[in-house]
Amino acid sequence: MAQRGIREFDAKRILAKNWNDYFGGEFEYDFKSILITPETDLDKIPEEHPWVKETALVAKPDMLFGKRGKLGLVLYKVNTPGDVTWEDAKKWIKEKMGEEIEIKGVKGKLTHFIVEPFIPHEQKDEYYVAMTLSDQGDKIFMSAFGGIDVEENWDKVREVTIPILASEEEAFKLIEENIPEEIEDKKTYAEFVKRLYKYFKDLHFAYLEINPLVLKGNKVFPLDMVARLDDTAQFVAGRKWGEITFPAGFGRELTPEEKYIKELDEKSGASLKLTILNPEGRVWLLIAGGGASVVYSDTVADLGFVKELANYGEYSGNPSRTETREYVKTLFDLMTRQKHKSGKPKILIIGGAIANFTDVAKTFDGIIDAMKEYADKLKEVGVKIYVRRGGPNYEIGLARIKKAAEELGLPIEVYGPETHMTAIVKKALVDDEKAESAS
Amino acid sequence: MAKPSYLLFDRNTKAIFWNLNPNAIQRMLDYDYLVGRSPSIVAIVAPTQTRKFEKFFYGTSEILIPIYRSTQEAAEAHPEADVLVNFASFRTAYKVTMEALDIPTIRTIAITAEGIPERFALEMREKAKSLGKWIIGPATVGGISAGAFRIGNAGGTLQNIVNAKLHRPGSVGLVTRSGGLFNELSNVIARNADGIVEGIAIGGDRFPGSDFLDHLLRFQENPQVKFMIMLGEVGGELEYKVAEAIASGKITKPVIAWCIGTIAKHFGGEVQFGHAGAKAGAERETADAKNQALREAGALVPKSFNDLPELIKGVYEELKAKGEITEIEEPEVPPIPEDYNKLRAQGRVRRPSHFVCTISDDRGEEATYCGIPISEVVEKGYSIADVIGLLWFKRKFPKWASDFIDMVIKIVADHGPAVSGAHNARVTARAGKDLMSALATAILTIGPRFGGAIDGAAKYFKMAKDKGMDPYEFVEYMKNVEKKNIPGIGHRIKSVKNPDKRVELLKNYAKKHFPSTEYLDYALEVEKVTTAKKENLILNVDGTIGVLLVDMFKALGYSDKEIDELIEAGAFNAFFVLGRSIGFIGHILDEKRLGMPLYRHPWDDILYIVERPEEE
Repeated sequence: MAQRGIREFDAKRILAKNWNDYFGGEFEYDFKSILITPETDLDKIPEEHPWVKETALVAKPDMLFGKRGKLGLVLYKVNTPGDVTWEDAKKWIKEKMGEEIEIKGVKGKLTHFIVEPFIPHEQKDEYYVAMTLSDQGDKIFMSAFGGIDVEENWDKVREVTIPILASEEEAFKLIEENIPEEIEDKKTYAEFVKRLYKYFKDLHFAYLEINPLVLKGNKVFPLDMVARLDDTAQFVAGRKWGEITFPAGFGRELTPEEKYIKELDEKSGASLKLTILNPEGRVWLLIAGGGASVVYSDTVADLGFVKELANYGEYSGNPSRTETREYVKTLFDLMTRQKHKSGKPKILIIGGAIANFTDVAKTFDGIIDAMKEYADKLKEVGVKIYVRRGGPNYEIGLARIKKAAEELGLPIEVYGPETHMTAIVKKALVDDEKAESAS
Repeated sequence: MAKPSYLLFDRNTKAIFWNLNPNAIQRMLDYDYLVGRSPSIVAIVAPTQTRKFEKFFYGTSEILIPIYRSTQEAAEAHPEADVLVNFASFRTAYKVTMEALDIPTIRTIAITAEGIPERFALEMREKAKSLGKWIIGPATVGGISAGAFRIGNAGGTLQNIVNAKLHRPGSVGLVTRSGGLFNELSNVIARNADGIVEGIAIGGDRFPGSDFLDHLLRFQENPQVKFMIMLGEVGGELEYKVAEAIASGKITKPVIAWCIGTIAKHFGGEVQFGHAGAKAGAERETADAKNQALREAGALVPKSFNDLPELIKGVYEELKAKGEITEIEEPEVPPIPEDYNKLRAQGRVRRPSHFVCTISDDRGEEATYCGIPISEVVEKGYSIADVIGLLWFKRKFPKWASDFIDMVIKIVADHGPAVSGAHNARVTARAGKDLMSALATAILTIGPRFGGAIDGAAKYFKMAKDKGMDPYEFVEYMKNVEKKNIPGIGHRIKSVKNPDKRVELLKNYAKKHFPSTEYLDYALEVEKVTTAKKENLILNVDGTIGVLLVDMFKALGYSDKEIDELIEAGAFNAFFVLGRSIGFIGHILDEKRLGMPLYRHPWDDILYIVERPEEE
């Protein structure tokens, strides 16, 4: 992966954690945010955060989706803005917790909320600032017209690109030169943006947005924040981030199997990826290589079987026999939970391009180990296996997997690099099916 | 440099390889040998290595490649190298690249590491561009200039390289993101056309150091390249640059293009398909949109990946018919010596071994003692004596024998600081030597006069009993024939009336637990004869241990011959060496703790009789 969204709570927590190093002396930020999860004991909150009893509150879901105001998912008033007490917030969160909603066609349950003090301010004080790492350099977006209508007012947003190799002086000069006219206290705003840019760079953010941003003198109120971190920079900036989790997108909570493979992947030098698309699907992919796995998926869809595509995934970078076995077992476990509704055997495509350095015999040994363990279950649900692979020791690997499957009584067809990579998909899904129905 | 600027590599290209990755380096050298060029790697950079050279094969002969601590040092010694193959990890690759870009002699850097932060990738790219240098990668297998130069593992096995015709130039310029598909397409091109001139995998990250267009423009200038193939991916906008170049006439040679990841549209952009860079942020970044744009720009775009081979074949045949491509005469390929380990793994070669080991094995997932994994040894509560049984005698001893061995080790562990071994240990430790040296001096005193009695007692008592000598006869034999005291008989203070408690314990234990104690019984008969002569000529602790060990092995089913061999091999003495080492170490640690100064023996304790030799 690379760019990963983080929760608003974490965006603010990291900002507070590093405040002194980047904004100290010049600006003040009174970090008061609480993350509420299904495990949070709401009755203990006033004890841990006494301020919830002393100030009006705002509560909203914190689950990587935006436009919460427009969705009616921000609690900032009961009767009039700024009258939300802790009891109100608690009641509202209890009501909303677990509620199923739909965002851009994706259904999911509300599970995470953020609670903060209500900051009274006027709409004219709502500024906007955003930064993003792009192909051309760092793009900074600045506007005096922040808030929920920023997209409607996009023509008033000033955009400046900082070349990637620009020095600090050059970057600051570009920022100063591009502060929007409409901003009242340009000096303070510019100073804040300059510091924020340094912070953005040092902490390897891929995207950082504060909207609205309210500045009252030297007091900073980032009322809403959206951020994505480059998770590969963990080794550079991990200490500045503190303990961080990268939640899956809304409605895309990882299944236990996906989670298991993700953990396996994180521990390994090799790459192991699994996404379950349709657990009831008929076509299962066990593909080596980031590129090849996409091509196989494309081909399944091209042939009209996208609805039957059960999973997307790949293993690559020369995984060990044990890692491969664990990966394949997870897949077999999912695959053998039920028969396909049509009654037809499931199709398992063990595919891949011609490997550069992954030892095909070794990884296939891992697949065979898993096959032996799941042979009975695989037979029970019915499965047809199609193999195509090339690379170091592929002849040995192909011969072994063929022999193993035949001994276990699993129908298998095996092909090497002389066969076009995706030809087995057509053979499995079209040719053999036709032959079957004809006979 | 003599080569035209559109060429990054030719048959004379020399490279510095960063990171001592023996497999990848050997693969590059094998490729050099295969295509009949001189070794391409002239230096290796490995900051933590202490070695100055590493050996590699070039064909069947071995060559030395120098290892340097820094890229700077390597580049100074080898200004002829203009390529850096950067195999550093994702933590180090950025720093290595930024440094190497400042070295004037280095022009091209290939970076394999996956997981380099995007900001770093952009910085590397921008710096390289500003200096007119080239970066291939990160997160790539690299590429191949057919018949000239191979980056790292690109192309896979040598067999695949020949099959995919990567060992001699054809007519196609290839650029892909993925390394696996680079290999795959080389193969497809070899089967449906005449192979590639050059192929580059730009890597799967969002911001590759050089992109599709950069390489296609080089191919456009390269007269050897007759047509080009680009395999793009969902995500990013790099392919649009290619479409524009085709539309604007910057690229005039035929381009076959395909973007993979058409699947993504079915899942609303929510699923990450493929590489880190492969996620469409907008409609424009989808595979379908890019394929359409390329098609409109004039690229040859198939209906699907499945149709690529046919399209390639069509373009090739057409160019051949026009006479732009001529038949290639296939070069002769030298036989590449097979790697011994690989052949052995395949069961195709054998060699007599020089060593045999029958007690332990460290090759599997966990080392074993005589077939038993160490974890099992711990989990099942094996004692030290049980481990001795496994490693010295390849047996799982019954409890009575293990407990006896345990007792023996406890009994022989120490005998005070005055005995020669412990004394030596202390003197050496006080000379400021390390534990190992002090222990070695102590152990080296063990022999016929110090600690050797266990062996000796076992040997002579056993011999006497086996030959059927009666005890009196044996005592006489030792006096008259062997002319030496009976080992294991006699004690400085202990006597029949004042028995040695340790001996009593051993005897009682053996009487109670040993299936048989015939040798002990015999030795006790001998003792009767010797103590009749003199009170203190008792069977001492060494003698008792010696004969009881014979009894033990007898009861464990060892033959007389086997026991004699054990004694001969020093196995009995080994119990003393092992046990007493515990004491020796104690004495050494004691000295270290006390910090006593160098020991010097007092003059008045030495009788000096030194006379000048008579003059001739």
